[in-house]
Amino acid sequence: MHRIGVIGDKDSILGFKALGIEVFSVEDAEEAEKTLENMVVNNFAVIYITEQTAKDITPVIDRYNSRTVPVIIPIPGNQGTLGLGMQGVKRTVERAVGADILFKGEQVN
Amino acid sequence: MSIMNVNPTRMELTRLRKRLNVARRGHKLLKDKRDELMKKFLELVRKNKELREKVEMMLMESYAGLLNTRSVMPSEALEEALMFPKQTLSLDVTFSNIMSVDVPVLNFNTGDTAEGGIYPYGLASTSGELDISIDMLWEVFPHLLELARIEKSAQLLSLEIEKTRRRVNALEYVLIPQLTDTIKYITMKLDESERSNLTRLMKIKDMMLEQVHASKMSESEV
Repeated sequence: MHRIGVIGDKDSILGFKALGIEVFSVEDAEEAEKTLENMVVNNFAVIYITEQTAKDITPVIDRYNSRTVPVIIPIPGNQGTLGLGMQGVKRTVERAVGADILFKGEQVN
Repeated sequence: MSIMNVNPTRMELTRLRKRLNVARRGHKLLKDKRDELMKKFLELVRKNKELREKVEMMLMESYAGLLNTRSVMPSEALEEALMFPKQTLSLDVTFSNIMSVDVPVLNFNTGDTAEGGIYPYGLASTSGELDISIDMLWEVFPHLLELARIEKSAQLLSLEIEKTRRRVNALEYVLIPQLTDTIKYITMKLDESERSNLTRLMKIKDMMLEQVHASKMSESEV
């Protein structure tokens, strides 16, 4: 049995609770890191993390990139998107193809 | 090019020829694998991009809705309303295999949606805006899960492509040239020794003939 969770600031992730997703509000990067690692140990298969939180702990997130589970997905927080998720997609393309063929130089902010 | 450190013997030659065959076959197979992976990957990553754009837009809408809610409801009441979710969610993860890459497949079960919808609160004490934003979030959610699956698959595939490409290149530009060069070196060396053997034999034959000739001459003199 696997679980789904969301990490982020309290205001962004409040709504997810109503869907039955477990929410973990965090204040700073250190707390986020600890929460994330706890979640991985506790059998969370899908972890959404707001970009505002994710941007400070990218090394930790990248560590799980090559594993099948957990799936860690950045989502925009309520302050708008930082483009972190799209950058991730772009990076994946660049690694596989060797060049960015998907965005064709279009600005990914 | 570099030549392997081997003895130029016939046995070594057959061994290397066998290795070259295997390397060529492996190279072909890996190249096919790389191409197929790439095809699958491009499909996935296109979908990934579209889906992410869609999900991000929908999420922003729902955040905007929640912000509206906040403006008409005290935030304590809002938190209280959402404190105990009625909806239960269970996730089942299985794995499927794309070109020898294990990718997760996420099946989620939304327990029983009881009457009154998914709202974990009474409708009397909350505003209508909250219902709308929760509805929106509920709508995004399947897309969000699909995004998780596709994005992870794309990530894993890209890692595998990188690995496969490296192997293909190592075979194509290092191992195979090295093997062909070594094989050439051994054949040349063997040919050379054969030639030297031949000349030696011819020389010996000459010497022996001369000897026989000399002994015959001395016999006839007697």
